[in-house]
Amino acid sequence: MGGINIMELDDRDIIICRCEDGTLADVKDAIHRLGLRSVEEIKRVKRFGMGHCQGKTCGKIIAQIISQELGIPYEDIKPATPRQPAKNIRLDKFANYNGGKNED
Amino acid sequence: MKDNYNIVIVGGGPAGLSAALEASKYTDKILLIDENLKAGGQLIKQTHKFFGSKNHHASERGINIAQELIKSIDSDKVEFLSGVSASGFYKPHTLLLEDKERLYRVNSDKFIFATGASENIIPFVNNDLPGVYGAGAVQTLMNLYGVVPGKRVLMIGAGNIGLIVSYQLFQCGVEIAGVVEASPYIGGYSVHAAKLRRMQIPIYTNHSIKAAYGDECVEKAVIAEVDSRWNIIKNTEKEFDVDTICLAVGLTPSTELLSQAGCDMVYVRELCGYVPKHDKFMETSISGVFVAGDASGIEEASAAMLEGRMAGLKACYDIEKFNRSEWINSISHIEFELKSLRSGPHGEKAVNGKKKIDIQR
Repeated sequence: MGGINIMELDDRDIIICRCEDGTLADVKDAIHRLGLRSVEEIKRVKRFGMGHCQGKTCGKIIAQIISQELGIPYEDIKPATPRQPAKNIRLDKFANYNGGKNED
Repeated sequence: MKDNYNIVIVGGGPAGLSAALEASKYTDKILLIDENLKAGGQLIKQTHKFFGSKNHHASERGINIAQELIKSIDSDKVEFLSGVSASGFYKPHTLLLEDKERLYRVNSDKFIFATGASENIIPFVNNDLPGVYGAGAVQTLMNLYGVVPGKRVLMIGAGNIGLIVSYQLFQCGVEIAGVVEASPYIGGYSVHAAKLRRMQIPIYTNHSIKAAYGDECVEKAVIAEVDSRWNIIKNTEKEFDVDTICLAVGLTPSTELLSQAGCDMVYVRELCGYVPKHDKFMETSISGVFVAGDASGIEEASAAMLEGRMAGLKACYDIEKFNRSEWINSISHIEFELKSLRSGPHGEKAVNGKKKIDIQR
């Protein structure tokens, strides 16, 4: 991945998860203070990757930060499990769900 | 709209359309869905002419290629639904679909996922200021809706997308303050780079964006030189008065549904993300589940179309077992075209990447 070595910049002004307003400072805090070690853990505890884009945007960057902070090769960091639904769905559609049968 | 289809194709871009077209030569009851209102995927934003040989749509514009593909599809055999997205795959063969009003499911023994890619972003100070765009968004605004994003743009990324979008902005009368590239060389074709240089647009290699500044929206961008490990070199900052920062920093294959289907997924740097292992017919480790286009690794539309045709053909052959010599002719033709497409220096990455996920059957 391209881009500057992000550790030198002001962490609180750098948005990593734009759906859940997560900054670089938040992600580093999750790694160092909370001891989280994977994209999945950070997703569950901090909600990063659970917003509108479902981690499409931030997932790769969070993996990159974990890699840099903990010295783990990037390719060894697994992405979060992509669960259903893959996109946000309005609640009324769930409420009206009829078991999924097609009605013409 | 039915519950059961012979083939369900997710994604109506170059790969999905080509798959539908090829499949409809031999079978019917094909469902093609796309989450956008118009089919064509990225092609409909591509107003520039393609390169390469005639067999790969050279000197045609993406938007015309899309229209040709859409026109050629037989609507008796292919049901096309736009504005419908696939929300989840449930093993072994159920896909949950969502349209404007409701959720429903479809079943099939054959799925072709031509789900494309999503744009990367990069972290920099104030990267959430209005005026920071992805290059895809800028292309949609300009080439689909005829709206320019701003007056003066700094482009981040000198791959083909960064170079082409810069030139298109320039053609629309937008000033390009410069193109910024973190690696030491320009990633895109030199023809595109040369066009910009002739217009005296500077390309800053070994540079990356450090920060954006502005009260309500982008007013200024700061870039800096980086070393070979992409660390900022102190006191090399340059400032630009711009109202728009456009990020063309790569794509990531969209493969969530393939993961949900249980496909063997591998991270491949050359293909830009986690991609499903697949054989030469684009069938993944799960029998009946195919992948095509950017979802199988980032390449260009020409490769996506060939992969789509391959997947469509194989899915059909498994269902209909049409004439064997016709089958062999068709697949060897597509194989040959794919090989020639990837034979140049620009194809090396794809060839190396694809080797790592190859399934021999």
